[in-house]
Amino acid sequence: MSLTVSNITKTFTKFAALSNVTFEAEPGEFLALLGPSGSGKTTLLRLLAGLDQPDSGAIAFDGEDFLQLNARERRIGMVFQSYALFRHMTVADNIAFGLTVRPGKERPSKSQIKAKVDSLLKLIQLEDLGKRFPAQLSGGQRQRVALARALAIEPRILLLDEPFGALDALVRKDLRRWLRRIHDETGVTTVFVTHDQEEALDLADRVVVLKEGRIEQIGKPLELYRDPSSAFVFEFLGANNQAAGTLRGSSVDFGGFSVPAIVKGAADGTAVARFRPFDTQVSRSGPGFPVKVLSVLPAGANLRLELQGADGQVYETQHAHDQETSDLKAGDTVNLLPTKVYVFA
Amino acid sequence: MTASAPAQPTNGVPENFTPPHPSLHTNRVLPGFKVSLGFTIAYVSLIVLIPLAALAARPWEHGWAGFWSVLTDGRVLASLRLSFTTAGAAAVLNLFVGTIIAWVLTRYKFPGVKILDAFVDLPFALPTAVAGIALCTLYATNGWVGSLFAPFGIKIAYTPIGIFIALVFVGLPFVVRSVQPVLADFDAEVEEAALTLGAAPWQTAIRVILPGLAPALLTGFSLSMARAVGEYGSVIFIAGNMPYISEITPQLIIIKLQEYDYAGAASVGLIMLLWSIVILAIINAAQMWLFQRGRA
Repeated sequence: MSLTVSNITKTFTKFAALSNVTFEAEPGEFLALLGPSGSGKTTLLRLLAGLDQPDSGAIAFDGEDFLQLNARERRIGMVFQSYALFRHMTVADNIAFGLTVRPGKERPSKSQIKAKVDSLLKLIQLEDLGKRFPAQLSGGQRQRVALARALAIEPRILLLDEPFGALDALVRKDLRRWLRRIHDETGVTTVFVTHDQEEALDLADRVVVLKEGRIEQIGKPLELYRDPSSAFVFEFLGANNQAAGTLRGSSVDFGGFSVPAIVKGAADGTAVARFRPFDTQVSRSGPGFPVKVLSVLPAGANLRLELQGADGQVYETQHAHDQETSDLKAGDTVNLLPTKVYVFA
Repeated sequence: MTASAPAQPTNGVPENFTPPHPSLHTNRVLPGFKVSLGFTIAYVSLIVLIPLAALAARPWEHGWAGFWSVLTDGRVLASLRLSFTTAGAAAVLNLFVGTIIAWVLTRYKFPGVKILDAFVDLPFALPTAVAGIALCTLYATNGWVGSLFAPFGIKIAYTPIGIFIALVFVGLPFVVRSVQPVLADFDAEVEEAALTLGAAPWQTAIRVILPGLAPALLTGFSLSMARAVGEYGSVIFIAGNMPYISEITPQLIIIKLQEYDYAGAASVGLIMLLWSIVILAIINAAQMWLFQRGRA
């Protein structure tokens, strides 16, 4: 029951939306397609849904050639960012739609449909709102209805196109957990498109990182985070800083002090070292770049600093609240020491 | 603070303060509410309400009895029946054909689509009398189209069928132009959702798209019908204007005016106006019902 995508290429007039995309989703897997806008992730999802056709390549599900089936025949559940609910139908009618449009022989009886709708309303925790119209629901509720509508046809794959993109941060986080729970309950293979790295890392079993129509890296969230294959993946997965140094073997020399480096295909010599805000230390007298404190944000679990080097380079760092950092204020001069850096080819 | 101390105003606003004219005093984003409302009411009164009031005042020269005699006159009743049924039938046909044309214009790309689009407006632009003469020539028993039907004993010009054709002609753009923008803006993802849920194209059209178009369809229908009820220029040439058979109400009003029967003409006009108001009210009620279902 696995989904196999091989060598998919899709070109729109003049620009390649996808080139040579190959990946596989295990049965029941929750896969995220992550990338900035224009990376081709939505195009890829539409190809999986059958709403567009690739120029070349193959898509198969459980050995069956998906490209021979149109969107109607694939039995996939699609959830759109815009919800795409039927405005003139009640919530219950929206959910039942995929069952009521089936031809006579395959259509479940009215009571079966009603039972299915009721169980789905329960699943999305909107038991009492079946008679409402979509306009009478909040954004989060609408997206839950859209998901229930997609699940009603017992899809072979569930496809979600930035489903939480139009919602505010709190609702988004809530729905994220809830979506994962639904996935674990139903066990349906799910492909989820997002540009939000936090969402992808939080939700997915594996993440496919896309850049300009090509797969940059595929891996489990932690793998991607610990072992990014390129500067693009490293930068896309979170806040980061850059500093120039000299790569020697497995450490970077910053002139006066050196720092252990994770090297990805880079040769010795002048290099750009990248590091995360929390892989740093600041001190008044220890080793490091001399930097000026631009701002101190003490709120939250961590202390966040904005620092500026002599060359004008701005760094963003995070530290535990401790002795060394507690009395820092804007205007101070301190030394910034990265504790772990990445060097990419 | 002791109980006897006077309540302290908060934010400098004394307690129990109510703004004067609360209904006109709300904070609005756009200024000029009062001025624009005043202008709108004055303008609508001047252009629409006062002339209609004058029409309502005019028929009573011969008292209620005079009005009643016009109202119950068989020729008047026949003309009203003809006017409203042909206008209604033409609007119904326009509703179907106009929707199909709007669909073709918005959904398909083909050479000449822009030209076809422009042709739809011709009935708007053409002087109605010109249209009337053209239709009359075409559908007369010796005309291009009329001669095709004549052998079967079907007469088009100078019968209610001719009136119907003229009204279809003048009413068509109203449906197309009401439906077209809504159809063009229709969320493609909603259709795609229906498709992925397994709906056949006809099921998507009937169950998803048409209900979404309903308000626009109703608008197009009512505009088309309203235009058809009042249409005069294009109809009189093709109608034949035979009393009781192919005489429309506007024609009857003209005849009464030519006989210097102003009160009679105004009576017929008032009856027409009342009928139109009733029909518009029904359509508006239906529209509000649809609107509330759609967004509540």
